[in-house]
Amino acid sequence: MVEEKNIFEIKNFNVWYGDFQAVKDVNLNISSNRITAIIGPSGCGKSTLLRAMNRMNDLITSSRTSGQMLFHNIDIYDKNTDVIELRRRVGMVFQKPNPFPSSVYENVAYGPKLRGIKKKSALDEIVEQALIKADLWKEVKDKLNDSGLSLSGGQMQRLCIARSLAQQPEVILFDEPTSALDPISTAHIENLLQELQKTVTIVIVTHNMQQAARISHYTAFMYLGELIEFGNTDTIFVNPANKLTEEYITGRFG
Amino acid sequence: MSIFENELNELRENILKLGYMVENAIRDSVKSLVERDTELAKQVIKRDHLVNALDVKIDEECVRLIALRQPMARDLRLITTAMKITTDLERMGDLAVNIAERAIELNQEPQLKPFVNIPKMAEITQSMVRDSLDSFVTGCSRLPYEVIKRDDEVDELTVKNFEELLAFMIKDPKNIPVAVKRTYIAKYLERIADHATNICEMIIYMCKGKMIRHTEIT
Repeated sequence: MVEEKNIFEIKNFNVWYGDFQAVKDVNLNISSNRITAIIGPSGCGKSTLLRAMNRMNDLITSSRTSGQMLFHNIDIYDKNTDVIELRRRVGMVFQKPNPFPSSVYENVAYGPKLRGIKKKSALDEIVEQALIKADLWKEVKDKLNDSGLSLSGGQMQRLCIARSLAQQPEVILFDEPTSALDPISTAHIENLLQELQKTVTIVIVTHNMQQAARISHYTAFMYLGELIEFGNTDTIFVNPANKLTEEYITGRFG
Repeated sequence: MSIFENELNELRENILKLGYMVENAIRDSVKSLVERDTELAKQVIKRDHLVNALDVKIDEECVRLIALRQPMARDLRLITTAMKITTDLERMGDLAVNIAERAIELNQEPQLKPFVNIPKMAEITQSMVRDSLDSFVTGCSRLPYEVIKRDDEVDELTVKNFEELLAFMIKDPKNIPVAVKRTYIAKYLERIADHATNICEMIIYMCKGKMIRHTEIT
């Protein structure tokens, strides 16, 4: 495996929505070229933390943060941060597949076009490579002009991953990417994540603990906004140190 | 209580049941030797299939729980421990059968000398088996560590027993067939104590999540 280093360093990080504190004093490092899973019950702040990593929460007007979110040692909440560039480098894939209402080709070429790539041959190459990496090329190469919305759920999700990959990101954040998919499409995406992890850092929020156990190298368990335990995935699932973690993963919560 | 917790309790009960059967087999096999009771020895041999059947049943139940319940953390450690414990218990049952077989053979010969070392070994070994099962139920205490320490006493008695019998063999080669069988029996008991040690090591794993097998414990 590729050597890992801390690509994200999260230090004493807090997020508020108005008066409600969704993330409380989280300290966490994310290793490059590894899969880190964030688990925890609904409302524990895991999605909020994930969204804070490419400043998606900026879109919610009442939200504010404190502490540090360092990406390559630079605080992304610094006022000089180019948020558009940040989101190119740190992509995101959501729970429900959300392709643009345009062709398969346009879905993938959209980002590179915004970046100023106009040459048809260059765009063709980017689209093909992104679709190959997302393991979708074989299925769509003859219908690149069909609507992205005409694909199956699993294919749409892989299209969204291809769209993200076309931006050549360093990190992709996945917010429950398979919760709307059947087991076969889920397995397909999980295999894909294992493959992508060689070149991209992956952070995944999942309700499916078995999924976290299957695919991730590191697991973080959050509860009521706090990071309760973080460690190697095998340690977390075989011998967690914290009682709360144990209660949660053995299904004895609440 | 959830269905899964009920299933885990049932698993614990089955392990205890198996342990109880094996304890009885060990006790009766030694009794059949010391009291020269061939009928009792035959019963021990005859009952062994019940131990084997329960061993298989527990293993199958563990596999089912892993497949259907996807156990994690302490549940996972409990189930993997149960699978290993049953193997050790089943082997103990086989060794009790071996003791009973030797007892039947020895009961047909005149007594070489009164039994001293073997009843002592049996007593310690049986206490190890009983306490290893107790610590499986009561969970995390110092008990499994203490049981492991007792294994040294059994080892010492095995050597002592052999040396005494060796003297008989040197004195008169006609003693050899009987003395060798008595040496075997001590060896069987020593092996039973080893299995009890294995069980305790797995219980420590179950409690602490740390494998201490093949390491010096403190």
